Amino acid sequence: MDSSYDPRGGIRLTGLTKAYGDVLAVRGIDLSIAAGETVALLGPNGAGKTTTIDMVLGLARPDHGSVSLFGLPPCEAVKAGAVGGMLQTGTLIEYLSVRELVTMVASLYPHPLGVDETLGLTGIDDIADRPASKLSGGQTQRVRFAIALAGDPDLLLLDEPTVALDVEGRRDFWGAMRAVASRGKTVLFATHYLEEADAYSDRIILMARGTIVADAPPTEIKAKVGGRKITATLPGADPEVLRTLAGVNNVELRGEVITLSCPGSGSSDRALRDLLNRLPEVRDIEVRGSGLEEAFLELTADENEDDNRARQMR
Amino acid sequence: MKGSKYTRFEILRTLRSRRYLLFSLAFPLVLFFTVAGPNRHARLDGVPFPLYYMTGMAAWGTMVAVVSSGARIAGERTVGWTRQLRITPLKTSAYFGAKVICGYLMAVLTIAGMCLAGTTLGVRLSAQEWLTMITMLLAGLIPFAVLGILFGHLVKVDSLGPALGGTTSLFALLGGAYGPIASSGVFLALVKCLPSYWLVQAGKSALGQNGWPPAEAWIVIAVWTAVLGVLARRVYQRDTARV
Repeated sequence: MDSSYDPRGGIRLTGLTKAYGDVLAVRGIDLSIAAGETVALLGPNGAGKTTTIDMVLGLARPDHGSVSLFGLPPCEAVKAGAVGGMLQTGTLIEYLSVRELVTMVASLYPHPLGVDETLGLTGIDDIADRPASKLSGGQTQRVRFAIALAGDPDLLLLDEPTVALDVEGRRDFWGAMRAVASRGKTVLFATHYLEEADAYSDRIILMARGTIVADAPPTEIKAKVGGRKITATLPGADPEVLRTLAGVNNVELRGEVITLSCPGSGSSDRALRDLLNRLPEVRDIEVRGSGLEEAFLELTADENEDDNRARQMR
Repeated sequence: MKGSKYTRFEILRTLRSRRYLLFSLAFPLVLFFTVAGPNRHARLDGVPFPLYYMTGMAAWGTMVAVVSSGARIAGERTVGWTRQLRITPLKTSAYFGAKVICGYLMAVLTIAGMCLAGTTLGVRLSAQEWLTMITMLLAGLIPFAVLGILFGHLVKVDSLGPALGGTTSLFALLGGAYGPIASSGVFLALVKCLPSYWLVQAGKSALGQNGWPPAEAWIVIAVWTAVLGVLARRVYQRDTARV
């Protein structure tokens, strides 16, 4: 492996595996991310996202495989000041103002951003003089983001950065994040919100049960997992009629309850209009995302079947 | 260079932590005035009681200051701050170094407080004697600085109080900080293996009675520092290997 720092080298994960006791958290991940890419690591809880990020940061040691950050192993890249991160858990320390805290972290890096610039980018100039330990959840997350950014690292890792935030906090956070990503940084963030991954990444890595189940641009991933389900009550429904509704690709009947599966939000809108037009007696309508968990189960169920088949053939 | 700016902020945090500052500095003083005040004209072990007790309290107070500075790592581990620092270029040694420096800063403030308190109860020493006492105390604190870092990784925040209070009190008591505990026999030989015994003796170097520092003192300090250092290293590695 090349042992010198190359900011254009991107990051590479090779055969990464990690177990905690009997639990295989990450089962052999291979992944390359080009410099400047913004990549979302999307998956339900327990998919192995945090373990993967910990290994990329050098906080956890892989059982097998390796990580290369711009040509360096993680600890070397961290030492060189190439990495900034927002870990999943963590609060801020006491007895420093926001500005002091950002200044302190910036001083650890060889070529930090200006402190005022960092505060401005992350939208925390107005709370710069407040004690860092006495902030709201949203403010704390943004200060933690500022800390990740303060050293002007080439790689930013954000582990579920908006997990504790309300809708507004989330929107503000991603606004700041977008401003940062446009500066040519390589960004890898973990999330279990498909909407976030879709709106803010160039590419989505879908993880489930410690493996990568899909790796594609957001549009493709959305087609795979962004399905909607319409449930409603319709006495005497005819499945043949329901199947002809616009945007519907699967129909289930259970007594008087019908469930229509649609591949995306646009198709569910069309299906709903068509349904109300053609079958106005329908009632108790409910539309919901089929949910990542469900989508993952489907995706991984296919894989398990493949596994089983492969095992049987052996 | 990088570490020095970090250390400056750590010092700032220490000085702003009013409760920590207050309790660290006040307790040895309170104990000193409570015990030595009524006995200001008495003599203990052939020296004026206030002088004897001032050195004992300086030894105990500085020990607590240095150990608790390192032990504050426990709190920073709990809130995830140490993990945050581990993904910055800050060296682990610089992080520990800052804690030790803050501990020593508190120790110096404690000594200053004790010396002032002593003079109000009539303690008079020459500049040379003050200097010897302070220097020797600071040297005797080295193993306790390492002990603090060990505690910071070994003990959880909720058990930090009893663990710290108990350990430092026991060390202080056996070392003779609260008053003479053994003057001969096997018990003295045992007690002489403790770093706190020599820390107390370091304080008493100003009394000009014990020819400090004997080689024995350096050996005990060096062995304790080395053993605690190995333990602290092991506990640190165990702590950082987790997750």
